[in-house]
Amino acid sequence: MSTRLLYFAWVKEKIGVAAEEVDIPSHVTTVAELMTWLKTRGPEFDHAFARSEVIKAAIDQAHVRHDAAIGAAREIAFFPPVTGG
Amino acid sequence: MIRVQQEDFDIGAEIVRLKAGRSGIGAIVAFVGTVRDQAGDVEEMALEHYPGMTEAELQRIEAEACARWQLQACLIVHRTGTLRPSDNIVLVVTASEHREAAFRSAEFLMDYLKTRAPFWKRESGPQGSRWVEADSRDVAASGRWNKHAAE
Repeated sequence: MSTRLLYFAWVKEKIGVAAEEVDIPSHVTTVAELMTWLKTRGPEFDHAFARSEVIKAAIDQAHVRHDAAIGAAREIAFFPPVTGG
Repeated sequence: MIRVQQEDFDIGAEIVRLKAGRSGIGAIVAFVGTVRDQAGDVEEMALEHYPGMTEAELQRIEAEACARWQLQACLIVHRTGTLRPSDNIVLVVTASEHREAAFRSAEFLMDYLKTRAPFWKRESGPQGSRWVEADSRDVAASGRWNKHAAE
């Protein structure tokens, strides 16, 4: 089953795409593991997730921590700390 | 109520609308955040957001404020797109019977919005453009509400 991945702000700029449908391997079960796996998909991903500890994540449009389980997520987003308001 | 929009907002008109039919209101607090150009090098500020999650998160933040304080009404309006120095970015209006709930909930809404609502600012000027970095003071300001809850 494919999952929709979304990237925002400088994460999006470094990767070069805003959204994609991805088949996540079954051994990838958490947000942290997903970032580690994404880094292997090319130099642009390696660059974007180089400081993965500062990147924030959301599953199905709600904030989650890096140790959160991906489960049956339909949409996972990665972005820098927010700066609105 | 929450709104995400490109167009500017009229604070007076928003307050008139909020008060309509609510005679229990005795206090209204409004906060407006605007585009700052401290060093004179910001020509434009672009506001990117995460459509869908932005609205969901603002609704969660509003619900949290309504759970903590007795509010007669609450409004959050946040703009997106390209803005210029001194333009309005965000409006928070809270209304309650007495002023304390309105003051405190307005501050709470802004603190939570600053650290949770998925918006990102990019400033552009003669020296190029850069993503605005998150301010650790905002994280600290947001965290103090948890401390209050625990006391």
